[in-house]
Amino acid sequence: MNNPEVYSPLPLITASGLTCIREERILFESLDLEVKAGDIVQIEGPNGVGKTSLLRILAGLSMPYDGDVHFQGTSISSVRDDFHQNLLYLGHLPGVKGEMTAQENLEFNLSMHGLNPEYAEATLQEVNLLGFEDALASHLSAGQHRRIALAKLWQSNAPIWILDEPFTAIDKLGVKKLEQLFIDHAKQGGCVILTTHQDLAIPETLLKKVTLAYRFY
Amino acid sequence: MNNNNSITTINQEKIKNNLSYRAAFMLILKRDITIAFRHRDDIINPLLFFVIVVTLFPLGIGPESSTLSRIAPGIIWVAALLSTLLSLDRLFKSDHDDGSLEQMLLSPHPVFILVLAKIVAHWLLTGLPLIFIAPLLAVLLHLNENSYGALMLTLLLGTPILSLIGAIGVALTVGIKKGGVLLSLLVLPLYIPVLIFATSAIDTAAMNLPFSGQLAIIAALFFGSLTLAPFAVSAALKVSTN
Repeated sequence: MNNPEVYSPLPLITASGLTCIREERILFESLDLEVKAGDIVQIEGPNGVGKTSLLRILAGLSMPYDGDVHFQGTSISSVRDDFHQNLLYLGHLPGVKGEMTAQENLEFNLSMHGLNPEYAEATLQEVNLLGFEDALASHLSAGQHRRIALAKLWQSNAPIWILDEPFTAIDKLGVKKLEQLFIDHAKQGGCVILTTHQDLAIPETLLKKVTLAYRFY
Repeated sequence: MNNNNSITTINQEKIKNNLSYRAAFMLILKRDITIAFRHRDDIINPLLFFVIVVTLFPLGIGPESSTLSRIAPGIIWVAALLSTLLSLDRLFKSDHDDGSLEQMLLSPHPVFILVLAKIVAHWLLTGLPLIFIAPLLAVLLHLNENSYGALMLTLLLGTPILSLIGAIGVALTVGIKKGGVLLSLLVLPLYIPVLIFATSAIDTAAMNLPFSGQLAIIAALFFGSLTLAPFAVSAALKVSTN
């Protein structure tokens, strides 16, 4: 699995001089970030400091006030389709449709990313949702919604994972499984950028931390 | 510099069944229709509204057939506009609220394809039923018998325009908590040309005159909005989710 060829010579994501302003407040200014293949980057900081804003800018969902995000050396706005092909983003909201069953939701998510929807059932087993595959998602709990959304990580072939609070409402065993998944993903030449308030059980050599702090002026 | 070869090579082996535009389109269309059928209120409410508004007019105005047949085209078209407006909200609102919209914008497919699929699904679920039920209501309003063809043709060409233009309004207001009033202010003025030419076509047909001129203008509006609206909607969605 550990194939050295998959390591790209260029960093997967480079952010330079990012400035984000929300409601006339500067969240961060001239932020530089470089994420290489094999990195797990944890973005830390108190609530409301701009972690989600940073992730949304990195994913290309929001525009920064100033600065640029590059994917393998090219600005993400000019290689949108290619970048999104290589990106898996999970936001605060799980993007799960209450009117569809767990399995239909996952099948749709997989198909949208060009993956084989036939693996949906096996993947649901991976996230402990076997037995709920035919239940409408509106009848499932918040944690189960998140599990449906997270399930596509097991099938994903995108090297860049950007995950906003992936452990919210997930039980201890689930967190352990996810951490292992992140480590495996990083070792295979991917990268993970995540926010969480939990301490991660990930070896120091893989984990990079970026700490955001409040700014008052 | 040799940039992205290494990453794309690991992807290539796994992404064998990379979706074509048509497959992505069908995927969204199927999903939206499935959801609507499990949430039937969304289909039935606008249709019921349409029927109720139209049936109220004979009750309020009186049953004289001459008056009713004079105003029938206007009543049917105004009711169609309002019932479309009522149904527009669900086009992007629920997707925005549960995060599927973000996922859609970040999918590797061009956004306008996905947007077009959602608009087509909306028309199939709200515009098409209106077309089926309109001739029955036209009987109730004593519509001139020469006008039925024109009524059907204008509805067939006109209701997709309502969905397409409405989608732009919804995309612009989807991030706003109470965007309902703003949506009608944005969208209804844009519906006016369709209303004018559609009712005029039906009136002309009642006088047994050719109405191809009005129909051609509605067709032009249809093709114009079909080609341009998806791009406007995807731009608006990007702004709304920013």
